[in-house]
Amino acid sequence: MIKIGVPSKGRLMEKTFDWFGARGLTMRRTGNEREYSGTVDGHDGVELVLLSAGEVPRELAAGRIHLGVTGTDLVREKLADWPEIVAEVAPLGFGHADLIIAVPNAWVDVDTLDDLDAAAAAFRAEHGFRLRIATKYHRLVRDFLTANGVADYQLVDSQGATEGTVKNLTAEAIADITSSGETLRANHLKILSDALILKSEAMLFRSKLADDPALPALLKKLGF
Amino acid sequence: MTTKADIRAEAEALFAAFRAAGAVPVEADILLPAETLLDLYGEDIRARAYVTNDPLRGEMVLRPDFTVPVVQAHMAHGADPARYCYLGEVFRKQDHRGPRANEYMQVGFELFDRTAPEAADAEVFALFAGLLAPLGLRAATGDIGILMAAVRGLSTSERRKAALLRHVWRPRRFRQLLDRFSGRAPVPDARAKLLERLASDSPEALIEAAGSFVGLRSPEEIAARAAALIEDAATPALAAPEAALLYDLLSLQAPARAALAHLRGITPMLPAIAPAVDRFAARLDALHARGIDTATLPFEASHGRTSLEYYDGFVFSFHASDPALPPVASGGRYDALTGVLGQGQSIPAVGGVIRPGLVARLKGGAQ
Repeated sequence: MIKIGVPSKGRLMEKTFDWFGARGLTMRRTGNEREYSGTVDGHDGVELVLLSAGEVPRELAAGRIHLGVTGTDLVREKLADWPEIVAEVAPLGFGHADLIIAVPNAWVDVDTLDDLDAAAAAFRAEHGFRLRIATKYHRLVRDFLTANGVADYQLVDSQGATEGTVKNLTAEAIADITSSGETLRANHLKILSDALILKSEAMLFRSKLADDPALPALLKKLGF
Repeated sequence: MTTKADIRAEAEALFAAFRAAGAVPVEADILLPAETLLDLYGEDIRARAYVTNDPLRGEMVLRPDFTVPVVQAHMAHGADPARYCYLGEVFRKQDHRGPRANEYMQVGFELFDRTAPEAADAEVFALFAGLLAPLGLRAATGDIGILMAAVRGLSTSERRKAALLRHVWRPRRFRQLLDRFSGRAPVPDARAKLLERLASDSPEALIEAAGSFVGLRSPEEIAARAAALIEDAATPALAAPEAALLYDLLSLQAPARAALAHLRGITPMLPAIAPAVDRFAARLDALHARGIDTATLPFEASHGRTSLEYYDGFVFSFHASDPALPPVASGGRYDALTGVLGQGQSIPAVGGVIRPGLVARLKGGAQ
C-alpha cells in the first residue's frame, strides 16, 4: 500500500486534491466534516493520510508515508540534511510564500541585514539583552543570519500571530512567511531589502526511506 | 574498534597527567542553566548545544564545554594563581550526518595566572605538546591579540574599529567590513539610498512620517543610529598602506620565528601592534625554554577565529592527518571571558581540551 500524506484542511488540501484530480487520482474526505479520513480513487493500492502540513516532513523522514505534500519551508526547517531524506518530485504551483525578516516601519535607519546587525549591537548595549526576533523557523533563520554575519540577536518562539509580537513588546523584529505582505503592513512592519531567506511553495515529496514496488507506476501515472 | 572503556582509560591517563602538572580536579554539572551560555554565545549555542526547557529552572543546556562552569567556579572561590583539570562528556548537536560525535569525552586543563601570561601560554602548550607527542600530530598556533591590536590602532573612527572588533571571530563579515572601510568595496546601493533618505529630513520627521510607532527600540535609538550612519558616510576610507598591512596580517602564515620577524618588520608602520608583538616574542622565548622548536612551529595570524567567540590572545590546536577528523586538542587564552563571567573581577586565563576518544582511536590505528 502506497501512502500519500496530504494537508488535512483548508485551501492547501483543496488545491492538493485538485492537483491529483487533474492527474487521474480522485481524493476525497470521508466521514463527517471533522473526521480526518479520506479515500483515493483512480489507482489501486493507494491510501490517503490526512495530516497537518507541519507533520508531513516528519512522517516522510520516518518512512511512514511514501509521498507527501507540504511547503518547502517546512521540509527545510524540520529536516537537517533534507536532500538525503526526501526527494522533490514536483512543485504543485501553489502555496507560494517568502520567508523574510521584517522590522518596524519606524526604523528609518534599517533597510538591510547590515543595518539589522548594527542595530542589534546598539540595542544590546542599550537594553542589556539581545535584540529579539520572533519566528517559528528557528533553524532556517539562524543559519541565514549566521551566514550573513548578524550577531547580538536572539530568536524567540512564535507559533502564530507573529506580526503582533513587535507591538506586544515580546520581540523587536520578526521572521515569517508572507505572500502579499498585507499582514505585515497592517502591523506597521517592513521587509528588509536583502533578507529573503527562502521562496517557499507547495511541493510533492518522495521519502527516500520508504519504498514500494508499485511506486514507479504511480509516479508514472502522475507524470513523473 | 575503540570502545568506551578504551576512551575512559585514555581520559583517565590524561587527567592523571594534568593532576601531576599541578592541576586541581573540578567537577561540573552536566545540566547547566542556559542563560549564561546564551548571553555569551547567542543563538550559535542553540545550533550547537542541546537546549531544553525545565518547568522549574527555565532553559537548561546539556554541557557543551567546561570552560564556562570552570571559570565560574574559579571566580566564585578560586586561588590565585590556580590550575584546574576536568574530565567528562560534552554534548554537541551536529547539523549533518557523518562521523562527528554528538557526545564525547573532554579532558581539560585551565591555568589562571596574572603574573606572566606568556609563560602560562607556554606552560599549557608545552604540556599538551608533550602528552600528544607520541601521536605525531600537526600543531597550529595563532594569536588573535595581534589582530585585535592592529584593529585598535587603525586611524579611523572608534565606531569602525568597534564594528571590526565585534566581528573579529566572523572572518567573512570582518572581511566585508574591512573591504568597505578601506574603499575596496563600493558603498552598497541600499546604503546609498538609505543615506539619501536620511539626508532628506530629520530622523524625528522621518519616523513620524513612517506611521504608527511600534516596538521597544525607541525613536531616540533610531535617531542615534541615523546620526551614526551619516557620520560614518563622512568618514574617510582607511589609508591604503594601513589597509594593506591589515590584509597582510589576516593572511600571515609562517613558522613562528619567521612570522615574528615579519611582524617586527611591519611594526614601525603599525606601531599599535608593538605590545602584542612583544608578547608574541616573549611567548616564543617561553616556548623555546620549554623545549618547543619555535623555528618550525606553525603560526597563522587568523587561526582560531572561527570557534565560539571568546579566545582573545594565544590560540592553538593539534590535528591528525585525516582532515575529516576534528582537532584532537585545542585551546587558547580567554582573558575577556573571565571579566564577563566574573562580574567586575577578571583574571588572565589560558587552557585547552584534549579529546581522549580521538587519542584512543589514533593509538588504536597505530597498532
